[in-house]
Amino acid sequence: MSELVNVTMTVNGNDVSHNIAPRHTLADFLRQTLELTGTHTGCEMGVCGACLVVLDGRVVHSCLTFAVQASGSTIETVEGLTERAVIADLQEAFHQRNALQCGFCTPGMLMTAYSLLEQPGVPSREVIRDALSGNYCRCTGYEAIVDAIEKVARDRAAVAHASAPEEVLG
Amino acid sequence: MNALTPFDRPNSYIGRSVPRPNAKRLLAGRGRYVTDIVLPRMLHVAYVRSPYAHARIVSIDAQAAREMPGVRLVATGEDLAKLCTPWVGTMEHFKGMKSPPQLPLPIDKVVWSGQAVVAIVADTRALAEDAAEVVSIEFDELPAVIDIDAAREPGAALISPGLGSNLCFHGKIDTGGIDDVFAGAAYVVEEEFHFGRHTAVTLEPRAIIADYDASERQLTVHHATQTPYQFQDIYARHYGIPESRVRVIAPDIGGSFGMKLHMYHEDMAVVGLSMMLGRPVKYVADRIESFVSDIHARDHRVRARMAADADGNILAMDVEDVTGIGAFSAYPRTSVVEGNQVYRLMGAPYTFRNYRADLQVVFQNKVQMSQYRAVGHPIACTVTERLVDMIADKTAQDVFDIRSQNAIPDDGYPCTSPTGYQFEALSHHACLARLREMMDYDGLRAEQAELRIRGIHRGIGIATFVEITNPGPAFYGVGGARISSQDGAVIKITPTGDVHCLISVTELGQGTETIIGQIVAEHLGIDRDRIKVITGDTETTPYGGATYACRGAGIGGETALQAAKKLKANVLAVAAAILQDEPDRLDIHSGWIVDAATAQPRIELSEIARIAYFRSDTLPPGTQAQLSVTHHYAPQGYPFAFTNGVQACHLELDVETGLVKILKLWVVEDCGRVINPLLVDEQIRGGVVQGLGAAFFEECVYGDNGQLTNGSLADYLVPMAVEMPDIEIGHVETPTLDTQLGAKGVGEAGTAAASAAALNAINDAMKPFGSTVAQVPMTPARILKALGHI
Repeated sequence: MSELVNVTMTVNGNDVSHNIAPRHTLADFLRQTLELTGTHTGCEMGVCGACLVVLDGRVVHSCLTFAVQASGSTIETVEGLTERAVIADLQEAFHQRNALQCGFCTPGMLMTAYSLLEQPGVPSREVIRDALSGNYCRCTGYEAIVDAIEKVARDRAAVAHASAPEEVLG
Repeated sequence: MNALTPFDRPNSYIGRSVPRPNAKRLLAGRGRYVTDIVLPRMLHVAYVRSPYAHARIVSIDAQAAREMPGVRLVATGEDLAKLCTPWVGTMEHFKGMKSPPQLPLPIDKVVWSGQAVVAIVADTRALAEDAAEVVSIEFDELPAVIDIDAAREPGAALISPGLGSNLCFHGKIDTGGIDDVFAGAAYVVEEEFHFGRHTAVTLEPRAIIADYDASERQLTVHHATQTPYQFQDIYARHYGIPESRVRVIAPDIGGSFGMKLHMYHEDMAVVGLSMMLGRPVKYVADRIESFVSDIHARDHRVRARMAADADGNILAMDVEDVTGIGAFSAYPRTSVVEGNQVYRLMGAPYTFRNYRADLQVVFQNKVQMSQYRAVGHPIACTVTERLVDMIADKTAQDVFDIRSQNAIPDDGYPCTSPTGYQFEALSHHACLARLREMMDYDGLRAEQAELRIRGIHRGIGIATFVEITNPGPAFYGVGGARISSQDGAVIKITPTGDVHCLISVTELGQGTETIIGQIVAEHLGIDRDRIKVITGDTETTPYGGATYACRGAGIGGETALQAAKKLKANVLAVAAAILQDEPDRLDIHSGWIVDAATAQPRIELSEIARIAYFRSDTLPPGTQAQLSVTHHYAPQGYPFAFTNGVQACHLELDVETGLVKILKLWVVEDCGRVINPLLVDEQIRGGVVQGLGAAFFEECVYGDNGQLTNGSLADYLVPMAVEMPDIEIGHVETPTLDTQLGAKGVGEAGTAAASAAALNAINDAMKPFGSTVAQVPMTPARILKALGHI
């Protein structure tokens, strides 16, 4: 068996340091070592999107990233975004619109939605559908997910509009 | 003042869109799937699999694997056969059906590529896989039986020589005189249809942990399945463990769609491995293992004819279905059910009485084929609806008109299909009329004609369907399969007046717990958020069929309704004793016992519970408060509750590339009483997208030697968000009168007709070119071939 290597990173605001086998993926590390089981693995080849996490501000496939590659970085999983309440509106919209059934793809969907809505402007349904096309869902048929994300985008824009200083709005 | 609606009654939840309470933990990343569960001293299994589709096992050398780090056990077929009795996937009501006995791991030969042969149990999955690499198995390759015609030829290589042929089942239906009807018909259309194999691709692969405790002879299995009671029975019988000592727990399930209710060899082996080790053993299929071991579905070739008179009245159908099911019939539900439903659902929406069908279910060296969402429906629907369109072409009729002309009148029920199905009440005409209006059919046709002039080729396809739901014991029980058609519920009031409902139907994300909560809340008379619904554990919930064939709402819901009424009567009896009143003069609203006539509050439910549990001394002598009830319900009227509906697909075909843009899909569906419109609509949408996957993308592609050539999610295409349309849904409600609730099923409806509507739409789009297609998935290559471009 290969030597263990040390990985140190910040996960959901906590500094963690573990000695692990170098072949462990970031998904393995999060799920098995840190017991953050909200991140799921559906294909382990970067296709289905169930394993998406935020790494240094970018959404990445944790199944395609070795834990050692992520050493030194800052990671956020669905648990962290939930605790920070930065996706509370998305979670509420998903809940009200029933934009999930079995829920296995849902953390990945939320990651994509979180990242998409970090961009300025209100995305069209086509843009939302395009953004979601790295996330497979077998239960919903996608429409409810698109609806939920669209609603949050509009609500956030309305809030931004209402709170923006008048001179900026012209 | 506005008139009161039924929703103005207190606790009126049935028919209301409410979100799922149990979805919140999934949204927070707090789901608890079997893949997440870790038990103390748990080990992991990896399997060494056969690279051949058909081969004799000459020898197995696993010594090197036994010496690898972290390896705790290496087991072969012979080891497990000492513990586990064989199983045979046949049912008695399929006369003449045969299938070879199965063991967890094979002893002398392998019958499909990817079959598990040796189990390696180690401290981690990675270590088990390392050891699997060094197992050496010598195989003697045999001729692979792949083609469904070659398999049936005299002298074909036999997969199970003991059975005498590669034919699992041969069924026939004949109402008589078919040749004469066809000979005398004004129009006869015929077509050969091909339906590709596809598979469920649940986002969470199959997962199971078996935990055998020899000290108590207790087996606990954490199993990602829809049907825990069925597996309790199977593990108890085949491993010789008393049923009371087998507990199956199904926690959150990451998708199932019928796939996770079958017996899989690897799963059965895990139980034996845990017994051998006395430790928990976990198996999670990786995606490649899923493709080569999860059941596949469909794989039918149907040759079919339809006869009509000069006015387009359908007179008869004549059908020959050949289906390939893999090397044995699945257990315990068999692999004949799909073919049986194909040849019995043909033509179901229509009035014609003359029908002949021949069904041949064939063994081949491929992955087992069995029930997956909308079992048989897409095949029966596609064949029927395409032939109806072909008749419409012959008679120059509109596709709506020919369906209206031939569909059973909405007042023509009850009636029986030529294949023996009894229909209580369906609503094809109301659904067709509703659809036509919803989709602005006339407008779309005008637009289509205009765009064709500009070289833009849009197609409109319609598909009428009948769905079989709420199966009674005629489905499995009469065939000898120990699969329950009844369900059970326990409802109990806690000392603070909250309610627990433990019920045998299971939650897969479709919203079972939510609708059960709605039904109990409404019929007991309490607020929905005071009810907790508990499912998926054989040790805590009453015995039942659980969730399959769209029975959760119709049978599970009726069970909950009747149980709630029984509990309400008990509560009112105690309340009447306390209040010195008559039970029938009391009611329950929002957790209060009220005067039935005036709704005046009399005493709170929590107070009844407090007195009953803590101060029974203050109750009148002889009063024994029964604040828990157990109730079972089995369907007793019609053998099945049929639902119906119609779908329309609008798409644009690029005739140069064969690429298709699905523009929109409409569904009008009649599932009887709608309990939660939000959840019903999402069941339909999800089902439609699985149907569109089969129509355009999904196919398990095999080489001539029986190798699955696209067993990964990069190669096997499933629908993505950007390819899928918005789906508009309308409802017609024809409640079943067999139950007080009136609900039928809705889980299969979307899948049942989506591929048929899509196929008709593609053929409609290709009409100017005189091209047709009768094969799904309709890949760009197949469409270009149909158009004569390649």
